[in-house]
Amino acid sequence: MNGDNGIAIDVKGLTKSFGGREVVHDLSMQVKRGSIYGFLGPNGSGKTTTIRILCGLLTPDSGEGTCLGYDILRDAEKIKRQVGYMTQRFSLYQDLSVRENLEFVARLYGLADARGAARDMVKRLGLSGREEQLAGELSGGWKQRLALGACTLPNPQLLLLDEPTAGVDPKARRDFWNEIHALAADGLTVLVSTHYMDEAERCHEIAYIAYGHLLAHGTVEQVIAKSALTTYTVTGEGLNELAAALTGKPGIDMVAPFGTSLHVSGRDVAALEASIAPWRAKSGLHWHQSSPSLEDVFIELMGRSKDNFQ
Amino acid sequence: MSAVDPPAPRREIRERFGFLRRSYAMLIKEFIQLKRDRVSFAMIVMLPVMQLMLFGYAINTTPHHLPSAVLLQEDSDLARSILKALENTAYFRFLHEVHDVEDFDNLLKSGKVLFGVEIPRGFERAVRRGDRPALLVAADATDPVAASAAIGSLGMVVQTALKHDLYIGDPPEMPFEIRAHARYNPAASSSLNIVPGLVGTILTMTMLIFTALSVTREVERGTMESLLSMPIKPVEVMFGKIVPYVLVGFLQAFLIIGIGVGLFGVPVLGNLFLLALLSTLFITTNLSIGYTISTVVQNQLQAMQMSMMFFLPSILLSGFMFPFAGMPTWAQYVGECLPLTHYLRIVRAIMLKGASMQNLHFDTLALAALMLLAMTIAVTRFRRTLD
Repeated sequence: MNGDNGIAIDVKGLTKSFGGREVVHDLSMQVKRGSIYGFLGPNGSGKTTTIRILCGLLTPDSGEGTCLGYDILRDAEKIKRQVGYMTQRFSLYQDLSVRENLEFVARLYGLADARGAARDMVKRLGLSGREEQLAGELSGGWKQRLALGACTLPNPQLLLLDEPTAGVDPKARRDFWNEIHALAADGLTVLVSTHYMDEAERCHEIAYIAYGHLLAHGTVEQVIAKSALTTYTVTGEGLNELAAALTGKPGIDMVAPFGTSLHVSGRDVAALEASIAPWRAKSGLHWHQSSPSLEDVFIELMGRSKDNFQ
Repeated sequence: MSAVDPPAPRREIRERFGFLRRSYAMLIKEFIQLKRDRVSFAMIVMLPVMQLMLFGYAINTTPHHLPSAVLLQEDSDLARSILKALENTAYFRFLHEVHDVEDFDNLLKSGKVLFGVEIPRGFERAVRRGDRPALLVAADATDPVAASAAIGSLGMVVQTALKHDLYIGDPPEMPFEIRAHARYNPAASSSLNIVPGLVGTILTMTMLIFTALSVTREVERGTMESLLSMPIKPVEVMFGKIVPYVLVGFLQAFLIIGIGVGLFGVPVLGNLFLLALLSTLFITTNLSIGYTISTVVQNQLQAMQMSMMFFLPSILLSGFMFPFAGMPTWAQYVGECLPLTHYLRIVRAIMLKGASMQNLHFDTLALAALMLLAMTIAVTRFRRTLD
């Protein structure tokens, strides 16, 4: 619609400060319609602020862009009609029942037959028989599902989900992501922030943001490839001592234990190999070069950005 | 919601009457929350009943068993019969009988008695001679309302008592002088004055607190963020939050007036419909002010404090506690800015004097103006973003 060439979110140079502290710095991003876009980054990196700017809850200090073809600065009201925003903290009314919460949302958006819409959603959520239960009494997983149900009730074109699966058990998380994929298959665009690497890998595209700066974006493969990180996986005896010995050596940017193995990564291949050379031949240690995991890439990005921006 | 479920049929979104529809959504939600909030609901009923019992029964400005003393400088039959007459009114209770001026003064000074009668030496003889001697009355003026009412009642009581006294017969005028001017109006019972006033004070307090908390509660519970991301306008939020409480206020007013009429025999001389109409205006004005407070404060505690800051001057400067005409000019100006002042005039005039709309133009307009002012501030103050 609106001739936006299949782009749901297109923003440039977003900047936002709170009390003199820049929370979002010159952020530009594009999200394709119908895609699931993962938003990653450490706590306090500006993910929530960016999402709030996109749905008109915050006004950026500078920057411009469109959301669903509407100007984010001028058409906040129109954007609100088409966007479902799921807040980080459960924000349905705890003292309203499941049905009453859904009916409230349906009425606010002006859905014809609010009761019917709520009834359908209860069924779809698998909450039949519990529609009179107070929302505050639901378990964490059910709360999240109800919140997602409330967001999708008015048939939005874009979903903004702020850490929707924080504190939710793996089964509920998987169901949640199945639902998100089903919604995206229906043409809905989803922007979701998360801390979980497995969830990042379920996204069509991801962006990594730290200290307000967008550091990397693209598909998971692209982000890993662009990182130019070389990783060696070591297994064997005395990994703790090895980790201590390698940390801080030239060319070694990151040493991280993963269960019974150790990941040793660095951007400068030559320096990295020079540093690990003395241990390569050591008996009892098995070295092999592997591709870095997404987590390796992010932790490395995080460590680097800390140096740059703090 | 597994991925295999067929999607629910898409429902069209209606664009017409969006304002009413969204206000209605908000209103339904508020009603349900109010229904579920048992404490608030209990407050709606208990507060007016409790206050009414307190002001109606406990706080009584006409004297009742006022602790009293008598300074008896002559032990005559006339003196005894005057004291008896005073005690029989139930206004006074004579706890002390002293014969020395210093004792008498000390009793009053210490607060052991609030009221004293001095019967001077040679009182009876002077009365019989027709000299009109003075019956001295001393009252503790720290409770001026009670004291002045007691002094006022004195003359009438004594005279009535002595009319039936064989010693005096039926003199053409009072055989003695009471040193205090009697200004008692036998019809002025305090509940008559207080019940209509209470309608206003109770409505001010409850209405203010309910809406003062409404927006801050949404902010503190985190629901405001979600609400702001939905297509609802500030004025729609306001109407949705105010309308349920108009009915609550109405219920309270009905309760207070009902008890006032039933238990305290307060009349409603004027038009009940007019009273209901103007009460609704007053209720809405207070709700708007409470809502305005809610858009200004940061949390629920501040909301309570600010409500109290508005409530106190309302009680003190509106003419509820002290006569409006007796206040200094500046205080009267402040009083004119308070909705309670205007409502007190309206409710007292309608209930006690049977006033009609013709007499109440100014106060009605003043209430409406205050309501519009509060609503305008609230809608402009309501933050549409989290900035």
